[in-house]
Amino acid sequence: MTTLKQTPLNAAHRAMGAKMVDFGGWDMPVNYGSQIDEHHQVRRDCGMFDVSHMRVVDIKGEGVRAFLRYLLANNPDKLATPGKALYSTMLRPDGGVIDDLIIYFMSESWFRIVVNAGTAEKDIAWMKEQAASHAPNLTITPRDDLAMIAVQGPNARAKVWEAMPGSQELSENLVPFSAVEMGEMFIARTGYTGEDGFEIMIPAKAAPFFWANLAEKGVKPIGLGARDTLRLEAGMNLYGQDMDETVNPLESGLAWTVDLKSERDFIGKAALLAHPPARKLVGLLLTDRGVLRGHQKVHTAHGEGEITSGSFSPTLEKSIALARVPVEVAIGDIVQVAVRDKMLNAQVVKYPFARNGKGLI
Amino acid sequence: MSNPENLKYTQSHEWVRTEADGTVSIGITQHAQELLGDMVFVEAPAVGRHLDAREECAVVESVKAAADVYAPISGTVTETNAELDGSPESINQDPYSAWMFRMKPDNPGDVGALMDAAAYQAFVDSEAH
Repeated sequence: MTTLKQTPLNAAHRAMGAKMVDFGGWDMPVNYGSQIDEHHQVRRDCGMFDVSHMRVVDIKGEGVRAFLRYLLANNPDKLATPGKALYSTMLRPDGGVIDDLIIYFMSESWFRIVVNAGTAEKDIAWMKEQAASHAPNLTITPRDDLAMIAVQGPNARAKVWEAMPGSQELSENLVPFSAVEMGEMFIARTGYTGEDGFEIMIPAKAAPFFWANLAEKGVKPIGLGARDTLRLEAGMNLYGQDMDETVNPLESGLAWTVDLKSERDFIGKAALLAHPPARKLVGLLLTDRGVLRGHQKVHTAHGEGEITSGSFSPTLEKSIALARVPVEVAIGDIVQVAVRDKMLNAQVVKYPFARNGKGLI
Repeated sequence: MSNPENLKYTQSHEWVRTEADGTVSIGITQHAQELLGDMVFVEAPAVGRHLDAREECAVVESVKAAADVYAPISGTVTETNAELDGSPESINQDPYSAWMFRMKPDNPGDVGALMDAAAYQAFVDSEAH
C-alpha cells in the first residue's frame, strides 16, 4: 500500500472528526458528519475547505504573458489590472484538455497559476517542456510550501476579516476573480461553490493556526463531498469527470473560456478550428425518482450521450447532472437515462442549477 | 450505536427482525449507513416478488453512492416502508427502526442461521483491516 499524501491540516481534520478518504493519492476529509448539512452551511452561511492538495505554480521572468498566450486556450490579454484572475484550459495540440486552471496576473514578470491536484505533475512537466522551446528564460516553480484554504458562503469574507486582523483593508475592495498579496499570504476572491468568498494561500506552517482561528470564529469545516455537490449545482466542471484529454473544451461547456477570435495562436487552436463540436455539455434535471450518476447513458432523439457528473442536489432536493450529448439536443427536451435496469426521464436544462444561496431551476 | 441483540445480520450489512406475524423486516445496519452517508433515495422491491437468498433486490442511494441491498433469506415480499420515500434520511437517524421491506420466509428456520450481533460486529471489525 502506498502512503497517502497529507496536507498541513491533516491532524486538524482528524481532530474535528473528519471521515478521511483516499482522494487521488491524498488523505482528505470527505465530510465531518453530514455532507448535506455541510452543503447547506455553505449556501446559507459559510464554511471552510482544505484545498491544499491543489498546486500553486509561479511563472516568473521576462515575457510570461507572451508564453501564456501560446500555452493557454483563454487569452491572458484579458488581464489588464494586477491581481486579476482568468479561468482557462490548457490543451494538447489535438485540442484535448490537459487541465483547467486559474491564472493570476501579478506583474509582467510574475503570473501565478493554480492547477488540479491529480494533474499537477503532468501539468508542470508540460509547462516546462513548452517553456524550454518557447521561453527558456522563464522559471516555473511549484509552490509546495503553500497551503490553500477556501472560505465560501455569503458570510465568508466577513469571517475571514474577523479571523485575520489586517485583511479587511486589503481585501474588501477586491472585485470577484481578483487577488491581493498580504505578506506571505495571497487572498483571492475566487472559489468553486457558486458562493462569494475567498481562496487563501498561506505558508504551510501557518495553515493550522489560521484554520483554528477560523474555527474559533464559528466557521465550520466542509469536506470534499459537499465541495462536489456545491460545484455541480454551480455548473462548474470537474477535471477528470466533465472533461479530460480525450475531449476538447468546446464539447465540455467551456467555449466561453476559449478565445478563438483574436489573431493569437495557441496550442490546440488549429485542432479546435478544424473540428466543429459534435457534442455539447448540458444540464439534466431528473423528473423521475432516483439519482443520476456519472457514466450513465443518456438516450436522446438525436443519439446517445453520457452523464459526466451526477448527484443529488441538496438545494433543489432533486437529482441533477451534467451530460455530454449530441449538439442537436435542446433545452427543454426530455431524455431518458439508463439507471440500472430502468429508463428514467430527465429534462434538459440550462445550468448553473444554484448559486448565491438560491436554486435557479 | 451498538447493534441490537434481538436482530440477525448478514455479511452484506442488512439487519433482519422476526415480527409477531412470522414475517421478517429488513433494513441496513448502522455500519452500512455510516459508510454510505446521507441517504437521498430508497428503492424497495415490489410487493409479491419472490426473492432468493442473497439476491439483489433493493437499492439505497446516498449523496455519494448507490448500494445494493440483498435478500437475507428466501421468501416473498409482503410490504414496503413507504415512509422512506419521503424521508430516506431516517435510515441515517435510526437505522434499526427504518425498515425497508418485509418478507414472508420460505423457511422460517433460515433466519436462525444468520449472524447474531456479536458475530456481525466481529465481521465488521475484520472487514476494517
